[in-house]
Amino acid sequence: MNALFGGILALLQGFATTFGFFFQKKPTIAYPSIKKQHAPRFHGLHELRRYADGKERCIGCELCAIACPANAITVIGAENTPQDRRSPGERYAARYEIDELRCIFCGLCEEACPTDAIVLTPRFEMSDYRRGAFIYGKDRLLVPIEAGVGTAPDDRPNGIPADLGSVAAQKSTVDVEQGYGATWRGEILKTERKGLAG
Amino acid sequence: MPLWLLVVVKSAFLLFVVVTTFAYAMLAERKVLAWMQLRPGPNRVGPWGLLQPAADAAKMLFKEDLTPATADPLMYRFAPWLSMITAMAVFAVIPFSESDAGLWSIGDVNAGILVIFALTSLGIYGISLAGWSSGSKYPLLGSLRSTAQMISYELAMTLSVVGVLILAGTTSLVGIVHAQNKLWFVVPQLAGFLIFIVTAVAETNRAPFDLVEAETELVGGFHTEYSGLRFGLFFIAEYLNMITVACITTLLFFGGWNPPFGLAIVPGIFWFVLKAGFVLFIYIWLRATLPRLRYDRLMAFGWKVLLPLATLNLMATAAIVAWTG
Repeated sequence: MNALFGGILALLQGFATTFGFFFQKKPTIAYPSIKKQHAPRFHGLHELRRYADGKERCIGCELCAIACPANAITVIGAENTPQDRRSPGERYAARYEIDELRCIFCGLCEEACPTDAIVLTPRFEMSDYRRGAFIYGKDRLLVPIEAGVGTAPDDRPNGIPADLGSVAAQKSTVDVEQGYGATWRGEILKTERKGLAG
Repeated sequence: MPLWLLVVVKSAFLLFVVVTTFAYAMLAERKVLAWMQLRPGPNRVGPWGLLQPAADAAKMLFKEDLTPATADPLMYRFAPWLSMITAMAVFAVIPFSESDAGLWSIGDVNAGILVIFALTSLGIYGISLAGWSSGSKYPLLGSLRSTAQMISYELAMTLSVVGVLILAGTTSLVGIVHAQNKLWFVVPQLAGFLIFIVTAVAETNRAPFDLVEAETELVGGFHTEYSGLRFGLFFIAEYLNMITVACITTLLFFGGWNPPFGLAIVPGIFWFVLKAGFVLFIYIWLRATLPRLRYDRLMAFGWKVLLPLATLNLMATAAIVAWTG
């Protein structure tokens, strides 16, 4: 008899719980129309920064590529010449590519960088229909010269920057048909090094 | 207007109302279920998701219509129609309200409750045949379960209704409603009402008695192989059966279109819809709250608990009615 009443009581408790939930405020965020405020140091899309005079901060040292646990970064450095000076140091990144599908957004590249050139911004909306479009080259990573120096690594604005839409608006120059295979990184390193050295 | 034309016009109107009710019962179920699970529910199509049924219907129309190679083609095509037509035919004998002009129903059958039970029992054939003719193991298991479950629970369900019939002294649905002018049968027949609600949920294969479709074990049960419009017919039949049960519960236990507290200013149809809506809400509330029963427990519950209880209730009712004259 006790078990019967206990069972009925538990049943009624269950009904009370669901009925209570019926009137509770729903925690769902209606995503595309309402965007969540991320933590200020949220790890999102990368950005290559500049100095105030417009020179690139990246010196092509490849420390980020070595630090990267996902092998997502490819850097090919080249010498600065007096005629074509891109960065204040001896070298600059002739080619800087991050495969955002491989990237785990750990931020180790940012920590490894000696010149604070690569930072992770809070931007996160980078979906695309093609795999190739996720290989971000300098054309999309480097802060446009008219946009200033870029996001400061330790001085992030709270929440999402106002130019969230700009990520989607930027167009890729990467050949999307070419795609990449398992040997993508090594191949480029071999061929490009040869070409650049010669 | 000749009688046949009147019946055709009434049927067409009722069909429209019933199908619209089905569409929004579906939306209401998803919404209520979502709110009980702390989700907002469908809200992208139209304001507050009100056009969701239209989007669902359009999607279902354009789905590929598959027939398994091992299926019995004739029965496979026939089964969903059997399910839906019997589910729709029930509405012909349900009286929705009454005014000075007459009864709000298509046909006033003097044994209405028997017609309803006969038709809903026929609906089981739709499910059994669907599982059998699919030529696939999961649908077969689902339909075997459903046949066993529906036959077991139909006994207790019918017995629980007989108590009401004894009190009303008639099998006519209108007569039953008139007999509740003073007191709704849910009060003297509380036990019968509770048994009826439980068995009705099992009859319509709804959670927590939805072993027939048991997604987690049977991949959808009897309608596993069905897609597109044919699946849609089963879907319509399930919801129409829910609406039917809500109507029957209202008629048998909640006094039909009789207004509560003598609020006769508001028309009867309003009260009928309100009461039926309440029963539908209970259905969804059940689904949101209770987990699915194990099959052997379901059978044990039906035969060892509900059937004896329904018999006791019937005998007690009969004894009291005989005693008091």
